[in-house]
Amino acid sequence: MESLREPIRPLTLDVSDVPSVAFGPSNTTWLANVFYMTIEGMMFALMFASYFYLRTRVQQWPPGHLAPDLRYGVANAVVFILSVIPARWVQKRAPSGDRAAIRIGLMVLAAFALLATAIRVFEFTTLNCRWSDDAYSSTLWVLIGMHAGHLATELIETLVLLAVAFTDKMEGTRLADAAINSDYWYFVVVTGLLNFIFIYGLPRVI
Amino acid sequence: MATTEPVIANEKDAHDTELASRLARTWYQPRGVWGWLSNTHHTAVGKRFMVTSFIFLLLGGVLAALMRLQLIKPENSLLGPDLYNQIFTMHGSTMIFLFAVPMMFQGFGVYVVPLMCGARNIAFPRLNLFSYYLYVGGALVLWGGLLTNTGPDVGWFAYVPLSGPQYNPGHRADIWSQMITFTEVSALGVAVCLATTILRYRAPGMTLNRMPILLWEKLTISFMVIFAMPAVMVASGLLLLDRLVGTHFFNPAEGGDVLLYQHLFWFFGHPEVYIIFLPGAAIISTLVSCFSRRRIFGHTPIVVSVVATGFIGFGVWVHHMFATGLPQLSESFFTAASLMIVIPTGVQFFCWLATIWHGRVQMRLPMLWAFGFFFVFLIGGLSGVMLASVPVDTQVHDTYFIVAHFHYVLIGGALFPMFAGLYFWFPKMTGRMPDETLGKWHFWLFFIGFNLTFFTMHFLGLHGMTRRVYTYLPDMHWQGLNRLATTGVAFMTAGLLVFIANVLRSRRLGARAGDNPWGDSGLEWGTSSPPPSYNFLYPPTVNGRDALWDATPDQAVVVGLRDDIREVLVTHSLDSNPQHKDEDPGPSIWPFLASLAVSATFVGSIFTPWAVPYGAPLVIITLIGWLWPRGHSPAPLPQRTSWSH
Repeated sequence: MESLREPIRPLTLDVSDVPSVAFGPSNTTWLANVFYMTIEGMMFALMFASYFYLRTRVQQWPPGHLAPDLRYGVANAVVFILSVIPARWVQKRAPSGDRAAIRIGLMVLAAFALLATAIRVFEFTTLNCRWSDDAYSSTLWVLIGMHAGHLATELIETLVLLAVAFTDKMEGTRLADAAINSDYWYFVVVTGLLNFIFIYGLPRVI
Repeated sequence: MATTEPVIANEKDAHDTELASRLARTWYQPRGVWGWLSNTHHTAVGKRFMVTSFIFLLLGGVLAALMRLQLIKPENSLLGPDLYNQIFTMHGSTMIFLFAVPMMFQGFGVYVVPLMCGARNIAFPRLNLFSYYLYVGGALVLWGGLLTNTGPDVGWFAYVPLSGPQYNPGHRADIWSQMITFTEVSALGVAVCLATTILRYRAPGMTLNRMPILLWEKLTISFMVIFAMPAVMVASGLLLLDRLVGTHFFNPAEGGDVLLYQHLFWFFGHPEVYIIFLPGAAIISTLVSCFSRRRIFGHTPIVVSVVATGFIGFGVWVHHMFATGLPQLSESFFTAASLMIVIPTGVQFFCWLATIWHGRVQMRLPMLWAFGFFFVFLIGGLSGVMLASVPVDTQVHDTYFIVAHFHYVLIGGALFPMFAGLYFWFPKMTGRMPDETLGKWHFWLFFIGFNLTFFTMHFLGLHGMTRRVYTYLPDMHWQGLNRLATTGVAFMTAGLLVFIANVLRSRRLGARAGDNPWGDSGLEWGTSSPPPSYNFLYPPTVNGRDALWDATPDQAVVVGLRDDIREVLVTHSLDSNPQHKDEDPGPSIWPFLASLAVSATFVGSIFTPWAVPYGAPLVIITLIGWLWPRGHSPAPLPQRTSWSH
């Protein structure tokens, strides 16, 4: 079915030539993604605030525990930093509609996300505390657990986009979605690194 | 010329008729039970938010009436202490989380904002529908708890240690915590939808400078929700973890801290007051201008005040904690901040008064409620100024003076504007006018009843009656005032019954409203009442701050949107110039299924942490079903070959 042809009117604003897909800040999903990152960023910020607040309630930090082992924490920090490369690659290639590049980019990104998730599982075994030990341990587990939730969400989202990229539906607005997915990955990276600095770094430094 | 004009007019009419029928086909709203569950149009979802939250207003009111009956005489035995605890907790939680925010922010916002923007639907309509179902899920969990004698009994803010595992075994506090998760996820979803709609779906010409005050307020509130609600989710989430899996966030014996809970809660709790009040103020700004028959006085100062309230609202939370023994410096700081927030509210008040002063006031039904608001909210605001002072606050802390104060603020700031708004947009929603005589009965019964009940409570508080006591002894001499307060409830109940009768009668038998019965300037009045499923035959453009009043006789309309798919125009956040076209995803059952999966997970996690790993796959499957891209049947896939960077 074709759209109706418009009759002549005195004053009209014809938007037929306005583009039907937008990348970057003019995309509505991009905006919603920013809002959701703000919401989740607030939750991280409040958990960090709680972490520092609880620090003031005890003499020693960590109270009666060794700080978490560096091994897996550092490994994950490195994975996060390197993963920015495929994320940025997808974001750069998406507007040109280069499906092959997007498929490869998403595949590499998914591999990084999978690796980070696997390391995270081991990370839980080397925190040197259980969540039910004391308030410090509880905060640690919730911070890392919350981030693990984000990591898993992002892994699934990337896998779904990858599946879409193997169909002919990876066009127009889905390409924009693939680019937005990278923004969310940056959020996961930044919060992961903040977690690393506060949980692994600060107790060793101060 | 004389012969060609009718021909052009006929051609135009025929074209409009054909376009309307095509748009009606494309923007169909599905019918039947399945269709009802899948309908993503904002007018349908907005009305559902309103009706559902109104039902919870009535239920919360029943609980309030029970409390008043219990307190009508000393040593009354109508309600025992345990049931009384559940009832006052349920009353507060219902009114705040199931009525005030869902009605004032979600209900009015979802219904009015897209129309006022000149849009065909809300942004992310499926997220919006999902948010509605989650809200209903939270409401059912809370009330299911009460009906199974598991109603929360720890006050609407559920302070630890009272709500912690040591003092509150069983699942009462867990139910409260998860109700919070449900309703806050819902409010956050709607905040994202509304903020995006306001920033990106505004009609061309409605620049930021020309945006109506109501949209400014909804935008401010959306941002407040986005920044404030995570705090209560963190607070209630940590509480749930303390109770369910033995964490120690609020356990001082293991390095935890009970005041941490209060900080987290009130970092949300005070902005919440403005999340409830600002929508009311938005309605009042709209009405005052319409019924004074002039532009609002001080558009810019009002907008600045609204945004300022949004910021300052985050800097006053500690005044809820003055009695906890904080350092004096922070008490002084938060006293000053609490006093400062009077300024933007005062600016709005004086702008409304100036508008009325310089206008030709029409005392129609919505305006009557606006005047009621001025009176009631002013008293609440004045007692608020008293309470911002630490010595006064310490003296009357946890007495009925506080109960009186916040009911004046909340009923004044939300319920009175709500009735004003419901009467105002009733013609738009139903196509019929509300009955003025019944409306006046409603107003006076409610107004007299409200003041009888709550003005009295100021004195009860000053006489030392503490809140949340289930009974009192005869020699306290509180009986007379309590009896007066309970009498007021009868008046309020009668008023509410008259309102319900008015709505039920007028929606069928009321006078036909026409497009713009009040002669208002908002774009929502530029389409038929009730609006068609596509809202506007031609999306409008805007020429000034008062869209319809400033429109030229041949005001341009938007053409060139496709009528065979649900195409919507996305405009620039600041100058509202057309940027690109988006596609409304249309009705879908998946948001409902996703809400079922999420609800099952949330409810299960009241009882066992394993609900999360078991529920997660269900949630993931339904979300993939929701978001998986589909073709456009029966219309062909649109060509999308161009885009902007």
